[in-house]
Amino acid sequence: MNVRLRDAQPGAASQLEVPARALSGEKARPLLQVDDVCRLFGPEQGCQEVSFTLYPGEVLGLVGESGSGKSTLLSTLSGRLPPDRGRVRYRDGADWLDLYAAGEGRRRALLRTQWGFVEQNPRDGLRMSVSAGANIGERLMAQGARHYGRLRQCALEWLRHVEIDAARIDDTPETFSGGMRQRLQIARNLVSGPRLVFMDEPTGGLDVSVQARILDLLRNLVREFDLSVILVTHDLAVARLLADRLMVMRRSRIVESGLTDQILDDPQHPYTQLLVSSILQV
Amino acid sequence: MDAILKVSGLAKTFVLRQPRDTVIEVLRDISFAVFPGECLVLSGPSGTGKSTLLRILYGNYLASGGSIRLRQETGWIELAGADPRCVLAARRHTLGYVSQFLRVIPRVTALDVIMEPALLRGYAKEVAQAKAEALLVRLDIPEKLWSLAPGTFSGGEQQRINIARSFMVFWPVLLLDEPTASLDGKNRQIVLELIEEAKAAGSAIVGIFHDAHARDAVASRLLYMKDEKERAHVT
Ligand SMILES: Nc1ncnc2c1ncn2[C@@H]1O[C@H](COP(=O)(O)OP(=O)(O)OP(=O)(O)O)[C@@H](O)[C@H]1O
Ligand SMILES: Nc1ncnc2c1ncn2[C@@H]1O[C@H](COP(=O)(O)OP(=O)(O)OP(=O)(O)O)[C@@H](O)[C@H]1O
Ligand SMILES: [Mg+2]
Ligand SMILES: [Mg+2]
Repeated sequence: MNVRLRDAQPGAASQLEVPARALSGEKARPLLQVDDVCRLFGPEQGCQEVSFTLYPGEVLGLVGESGSGKSTLLSTLSGRLPPDRGRVRYRDGADWLDLYAAGEGRRRALLRTQWGFVEQNPRDGLRMSVSAGANIGERLMAQGARHYGRLRQCALEWLRHVEIDAARIDDTPETFSGGMRQRLQIARNLVSGPRLVFMDEPTGGLDVSVQARILDLLRNLVREFDLSVILVTHDLAVARLLADRLMVMRRSRIVESGLTDQILDDPQHPYTQLLVSSILQV
Repeated sequence: MDAILKVSGLAKTFVLRQPRDTVIEVLRDISFAVFPGECLVLSGPSGTGKSTLLRILYGNYLASGGSIRLRQETGWIELAGADPRCVLAARRHTLGYVSQFLRVIPRVTALDVIMEPALLRGYAKEVAQAKAEALLVRLDIPEKLWSLAPGTFSGGEQQRINIARSFMVFWPVLLLDEPTASLDGKNRQIVLELIEEAKAAGSAIVGIFHDAHARDAVASRLLYMKDEKERAHVT
């Protein structure tokens, strides 16, 4: 990483600055490349004509009305639902991996290590009958970690990251509140150091005060670990808080995309205008 | 010295489909340049598009036409029609913006809100914190508020948090939308001093000030924006 001062001005600030986090070659190269993806269950049911590029460290929000195809698109992007046509490519180091042309094994390995998926309902993303610690350790064990002490240490560290009392490490998520379960699911996903995380309404089923805590947590984790995220939400306040840019979906198509605050404050498409104006304030 | 921001032929028309079709032509053929170390003040009656212009410069609103060229360390870029990554990069390094109201984020403390721009630029945490605390003291925010989320603060306190945040780092271009609006005389004076210091350090400032005293104190030039679609002109 090369060292340089951001502020080339005579003021006091410039001497104090240390180099910004690597905005080097790695960040300038796309992480995910989506070309004309289509998956339809019926006319305008599902997703179609979707193309975009995601860069490392970017948080992309997917918003739109119920049934517009957000979850379908997310499943297609994340390797869970093959598209009728189109291509999803992921850059793994120097290699481009064509998600659905690659073998099942490679795709699964990717999902377990470099990718994460946070489900709306934590029951779908957790193993409810094993301890919190084992939930967190699972991905590491799948990657070959066997040392009990180290796995436990790691689980403790991640419980701390997601603000769950270390004393709960041997309890099962069955005994956790909804908010705690969601935080545990986040820890379980992030422990393997993924580069790309998919989230489908991560705060959907939670009440407002619990939501705020999870959003704050996600916001910090995204920064700290420089995650790329594709986030489905119907809550524009959540989108405003977390997403760098938005894609607005309607009846299976992307009708508008751009910088998050621009889409919310100066929406161009009539549907986006309706979406934004139908809520009080975001 | 060379300009840092060059705006030419800028236009903005809002086309609203909700609740009924409405076309609002707000800006037409606006051109001006801003140089480091000066403060260009946008003035004119309410509704003439001063805030709209500032928001377009920040990439918050889309331009309907024209060009906005910004000089960065790496060269000139075109902001009108730029892709989100390019706008975000400009916001991180070049474009600062102070809105009239603080957008409060739940659970994030005043100190963290203020430190954020510095941390994003890679300041060491201790350095950022020392600087944030100095600004909080200068802007007369009681120490017991520093570690609280500003959601419950008064309007004037929130505005001062907003200002402290914006003066944490050097901005080559700083956009100010009525930064002194909800402040008392003493605090207004402090903000005017901060603006003067930023100018002296080489910031190019574009600002809106309803208060004539504040305007006269900081303006290098005025861009007068007339009503009834008459063209704006620089004096
Ligand atoms: N497996 C499936 N079989 C048949 N139809 C499906 C299937 N999955 C989704 N659909 C249909 O595709 C459309 C899009 O559904 P999807 O779940 O992607 O919407 P969504 O935008 O996520 O909505 P919500 O906000 O309500 O979660 C809907 O009309 C849905 O009924
Ligand atoms: N997001 C928006 N969508 C639609 N119209 C808008 C939007 N923002 C501003 N306008 C319209 O643009 C015009 C100019 O508004 P703007 O806020 O820029 O005026 P101003 O000069 O800053 O006024 P003031 O001095 O009262 O703050 C107004 O008619 C306003 O209704
Ligand atoms: Mg869904
Ligand atoms: Mg205004």
